[in-house]
Amino acid sequence: MNIDLFFQYIVAGLTYGTIYAVVAIGFNIIYNATGIINFAQGEFVMLGGMTAVTLHQILPLPLAILAAVIITMAVGALIEILFIRWLDRPSVLRMVIITIGISILIREASLHIWGEGVRALPYFTGSSETSIRLGGVFVSPQVLWVVGISAVMVILLNVFFTYTLPGRQMRACSANRDAARLCGINAKNMVTLSFVLSAGIGALGGSIVSPITYVQYDSGTQLAIKGFTVAILGGLGNSAAAVGAGMILGVLESFSIAVLPAAYKDVISIAILLLILFVRPSGIFGSSEAARLSEF
Amino acid sequence: MRLIRLMAVAVILAVALAATPASAADTIKVGAILAVTGPASFLGAPEAKTLEMMVEDINKKGGILGKKIELIVKDSGASPEKALSFAKQLIEEEKVLAIIGPSTSGETMKIKNVAEEGKTILLSCAAAEVIVNPVAKYVFKTPQKDSYAVIKIFEQMKKMKLSKVGVLSSNTGFGKAGKEQIEKLAPEYGMQIVANEVYDKAATDLTAEVTKVKASGAQAILNWSIEPAQSIVIKNARQIGFKGTIFQSHGFGNIKYVEAAGPAAEGVIFPAGRLLVADVLPRNNPQKALLMKYKKDYELKCHGEECSTFGGHAYDAMLILTKAIEKARSTDKEAVRTAIENLKGVVGTAGIFNFSPQDHNGLDMTSFEMLTVKKGKFVPLGK
Repeated sequence: MNIDLFFQYIVAGLTYGTIYAVVAIGFNIIYNATGIINFAQGEFVMLGGMTAVTLHQILPLPLAILAAVIITMAVGALIEILFIRWLDRPSVLRMVIITIGISILIREASLHIWGEGVRALPYFTGSSETSIRLGGVFVSPQVLWVVGISAVMVILLNVFFTYTLPGRQMRACSANRDAARLCGINAKNMVTLSFVLSAGIGALGGSIVSPITYVQYDSGTQLAIKGFTVAILGGLGNSAAAVGAGMILGVLESFSIAVLPAAYKDVISIAILLLILFVRPSGIFGSSEAARLSEF
Repeated sequence: MRLIRLMAVAVILAVALAATPASAADTIKVGAILAVTGPASFLGAPEAKTLEMMVEDINKKGGILGKKIELIVKDSGASPEKALSFAKQLIEEEKVLAIIGPSTSGETMKIKNVAEEGKTILLSCAAAEVIVNPVAKYVFKTPQKDSYAVIKIFEQMKKMKLSKVGVLSSNTGFGKAGKEQIEKLAPEYGMQIVANEVYDKAATDLTAEVTKVKASGAQAILNWSIEPAQSIVIKNARQIGFKGTIFQSHGFGNIKYVEAAGPAAEGVIFPAGRLLVADVLPRNNPQKALLMKYKKDYELKCHGEECSTFGGHAYDAMLILTKAIEKARSTDKEAVRTAIENLKGVVGTAGIFNFSPQDHNGLDMTSFEMLTVKKGKFVPLGK
């Protein structure tokens, strides 16, 4: 394998990795606030992409994406208020089943609204055949957009959770819900906020990756499996670790193609998921101490 | 009290049972198992719309032999398991005369035996040659065979002096069958397969796969799939700077794939039936009138959505079935089946069908035309 080819595989891997990481971050936010995994996270990604494509027919691209993010956030809030808010300390299993139900609901509703067709936003710069040449490596400008926007998103999230009041309140709820309530934090509102936030991040992710991956009513499920793998791999709840884990998985998948038949690509990710669950359930970046204390 | 309730149930059951055969006798039941949703929806959705349109039209004109057609469409979502249970349901419970579909080769192979055992005519809309080779008594198919598509492509490559081919295919029945034909026919046409990659049907990015193909020194990429992945292959190949010609299978015959791939689709070469270029066919072409009518009707029904060869396969299936019923002057399964085997010179969207007991496809090599993409439209190659 020559050096150009090596970097071409790296670039392909980073592209996959960023897409997975964006989905994984959505999982983490809700996990942090509620201690549950929202299995409808992939559907938020799909919903954002679909809405943006539809709105782009009447709005310019940045506005269409912004509107899609806001609409998906509203859907996220609505779902939390309708299905989750009124439950009193639900068990983990119950929450898993509820969120899986919600994901099926969103998927079927999308099938009725948009039909079965495949859609995509146009490339933000250039077209489907444009690529930037860096030495001997070709990179689509859309990949740079995805990596750039995701990086900004991760930084902003960190700022939000570290320095702003609602961010710190959310962290307080995840650390100890009862103590947070005794301090006057409205825990229920924080859960709603976490759904809004992760829906928004999912929708933004869905919009920016849609020129690369396309979006279809059922594309959320595939993304959710990969995102979930990455979230577990990095250690649940840790967004920066999710980015690292996404890159690891993406690059592994990409290089697996160099040596194995391409059909084995997905075997790699599922094998990693199982291995991590058996050997190190806290994830490669997580602490096993914290994992033991957590409910999930 | 309990006795009365039991009797009431019995009466209702008796009435219901008596009512069903009466209504069934007036109609011809035709089942359809199509991938209306899911990864093969580019095939199944136009097929379902086409069948609904045709049945509406036939029934408005008084049906066939004075009987209306009752169409039962089942959405398999391209899942062979679902197709199998629908096939059993249609054969055993609905007792249909014939099943149109499934849309994909994998599903068709799964239900081939069920149709055969249930002695129910199966008119598949899928392409793989194995569906009709070896011949099964009750199984027919309307799209051109994949071996013809491979031969057409290899002949074109020879003309363009290309001999090193990188082959990509999806892990579906269609992809697998195509890959086998490519591997079988390549030596005969002096083609060297320098890369041979299979990818998942739900793949969202194939940069790594095309990188491998490019590194193998391929002069041309030949991709064999029916999913949106075939648009992704073209996009990614151009993005990593692959300059050679890209060939696609006859599964590329839906303009939506071109739209999805954008300018990267320019210059892609693939074999297809003449439906896609109906407007530019010479006036004396025997298929022209039928193709133009189907195109007009379909686009009217579907609010301007462009028709695809896949809808055409369902059109041909329904056309063949109605012709056979008329010819047999009966709706007896055995009589209709024999009538299909003896149909000759039926002008359909995919070509001119000449069936025989040995040939359950009825199309020959001339049913294919080599097409290319120019300014986002399908045009005949070299014109």
